Amino acid sequence: MSDTTKQAPSPADVASRARQRPTPTAPGGQSGAAPTPGHEVVPGVVVTGAQSLVLSLEAIGADTVFGIPGGAILPAYDPLLDSTKVRHILVRHEQGAGHAAEGYAAATGRVGVCMATSGPGATNLVTPIADAHMDSVPIVAITGQVASGSIGTDAFQEADIRGITMPITKHNYLVTDPAKIPQAIAEAFHVASTGRPGPVLVDISKDALQATTTFSWPPQIDLPGYRPVTRPHGKQIREASRLMSEAKRPILYVGGGVVRAHASEQLRTLVDLTGIPVVTTLMARGTVPDSHELNLGMPGMHGTVAAVTGLQRSDLIIALGARFDDRVTGQLSTFAPGAKVIHADIDPAEISKNRTADVPIVGDVGEVVNDLITQITLDRATASDDDQTWDFASWREQVAEWKATFPLGYTDSDDGTLSPQYVIERIGALSGPEATYVAGVGQHQMWAAQFVQYERPNAWINSGGLGTMGYSVPAAMGAKVAEPERTVWAIDGDGCFQMTNQELATCVINNIPIKVAIINNSSLGMVRQWQTLFYNERYSNTDLQPTTQRVPDFVKLADAYGCLGLRAETPAEVDEVIKLALETNDRPVVIDFIVHRDAMVWPMVPAGVSNDKIQAARHAAPVWERED
Amino acid sequence: MSKHTLSVLVEDKPGVLTRVAALFSRRGFNIDSLAVGQTEIPEISRITVVVEVEGAALEQVTKQLNKLIEVLKVVELEPNASVQREIMLVKVRADAGTRSQVIDTIQLFKAKVVDVSTDAMTIEATGNSDKLRALLDVLEPFGIKELVQSGMVAVGRGPRSITDRSLRSA
Repeated sequence: MSDTTKQAPSPADVASRARQRPTPTAPGGQSGAAPTPGHEVVPGVVVTGAQSLVLSLEAIGADTVFGIPGGAILPAYDPLLDSTKVRHILVRHEQGAGHAAEGYAAATGRVGVCMATSGPGATNLVTPIADAHMDSVPIVAITGQVASGSIGTDAFQEADIRGITMPITKHNYLVTDPAKIPQAIAEAFHVASTGRPGPVLVDISKDALQATTTFSWPPQIDLPGYRPVTRPHGKQIREASRLMSEAKRPILYVGGGVVRAHASEQLRTLVDLTGIPVVTTLMARGTVPDSHELNLGMPGMHGTVAAVTGLQRSDLIIALGARFDDRVTGQLSTFAPGAKVIHADIDPAEISKNRTADVPIVGDVGEVVNDLITQITLDRATASDDDQTWDFASWREQVAEWKATFPLGYTDSDDGTLSPQYVIERIGALSGPEATYVAGVGQHQMWAAQFVQYERPNAWINSGGLGTMGYSVPAAMGAKVAEPERTVWAIDGDGCFQMTNQELATCVINNIPIKVAIINNSSLGMVRQWQTLFYNERYSNTDLQPTTQRVPDFVKLADAYGCLGLRAETPAEVDEVIKLALETNDRPVVIDFIVHRDAMVWPMVPAGVSNDKIQAARHAAPVWERED
Repeated sequence: MSKHTLSVLVEDKPGVLTRVAALFSRRGFNIDSLAVGQTEIPEISRITVVVEVEGAALEQVTKQLNKLIEVLKVVELEPNASVQREIMLVKVRADAGTRSQVIDTIQLFKAKVVDVSTDAMTIEATGNSDKLRALLDVLEPFGIKELVQSGMVAVGRGPRSITDRSLRSA
């Protein structure tokens, strides 16, 4: 096998030969269907399957692969060594590779790539793949598989990863024919990045990687059953505009689809044009700037009183790239009882899945918003002044009053120990809107969603749907690789951090200077909060350590990894360590913020309860005027 | 819960049946009957699936099926606008004394005998579920030794074909 590998041209050789040729227009190259950012055309060259894989990755424009080699994927790592276009970053655990690919994709919208070997390598990718599936993150996972003759024999390191990932991928492939590698890679990138984005897995058997084949590019994409609808229906757009014109209390419910569709600018225009208040979900923070007066903040279980109540009292919800998740709606039967619903999504299956839509709109949310702007402009020009349409002034006053009366806030502890909310607020204030903030899952995630001011999309990256603890450090690593010029913060909890902190080694070795803020309350804080509220303060297995101990000592741990380790225990120290972290760009920084463990996330709607029961703080439900 | 018959045209690729079956299981939809086979177009298979769901859930099933990359088309076949058939092979106890009785009975159902031995007969019958159920009821007293039944296949009535419109066009 090694002989044939050596005789065949290296990927760089073939690529440079391909570059020297006059490039004719790729068939279908302008249709948008062929995912060939490099627009490279390579006529048939004889290579190994492994070289074909690396050449395909180069041709499609993948510049970074996060992964770990192993037996079955080993052939692919040989030509990867010679590639000058694909940077492989050796992680410490495959889960880190998967989350890094997600962070890369979430920061930029470009497809993230991760690679692992068969069996345990592949199964370690399952969590990030499931995470990407829930949050519609475009990633391609490439796994080695045992040789095709051994499939089904319980061979060493064999796992049916295609079967395992069927319910958590948008699509997946098992390739045993080396000739089909370019097509599988091209289709995987196409499927991952178009329509509703999502993860695609390509499992390639070892013998297919080793065999001799012919590489040519671009391959034929053959997906007759995949035709995402991007153009919204004109009739539905007109009907949406009509409902909006007649509404008295309309609200824009904006979800992560707007981030994925790069539609924030259009959305901002729609908001300014109509003067309709907006709520931005956990996945959509930053799509409308937090500084915008019509942005009521985040809705849902830990949403602002204004956002939750705005939805509850609305008479028209305009849902854009959002999916009426249970964490947003609370008890579904009592969610926004007086509202009609316009629901725009690129995935038809999301429309009327949880809440029946009065006006369903299937399409790319950017195109939907553009068409709405055109239609609304037209309709408003022809509306007469005295028919009282498009008049939301009193509703705007109402929501502004809620926003002013129930701002987000927190109370410091009595004993002068550090408040986690204060730490996060200061990180956001000192780092600014151009930084990227990547959270883990739990209390710190909610505080990071609440107390950092987001002014741009993609500034906020988190695991929303799956709620994957351990997401933060590797995803921040991926985001930093994608956008090295940005300050990237991993805002993490001490529980989450201990699930994936080994990727600090990857960051140090590969010069990926992320900044990690550990919001260290020595406990699994969100679970502890539920125990406080719903389990009579019986703290079963949520204390990670006594607060007097430091197991591990995160500063020493950071030091051991070659990071700058810092600690802050009092409010006076907070700004100082954050500034030092911001000035340190030659290595990763880890700050251990020792915070008090009884802080809780407010406001809160308990699970399965009506959003009308929102509590602004513990034992502090808002008092509404009777006529409402 | 009401039963609905869906005809699902799929690319004939390895694992496609698993994808369809797994989707029903993962989304909590109950499959009543399932049949897979070739179509008049090479490389396209047809899955006929009978599912027990209510209106909104049926819409969700259809949408989720359509999201599968290898699913080309999903059509619901209404009972009164389609022909629906199952095939059944049933081994009935029948000796010299009862054999002619059994034969008389099954002729009413236009079923036929496909195998005979000294104390049993195997009967083949096709029809919709109601007819096959009725046949089984009358065979029951003789003693049913073994029963095997296919999933339902169905085709729309009239001249139009489910594949009339090109499946490869956008």
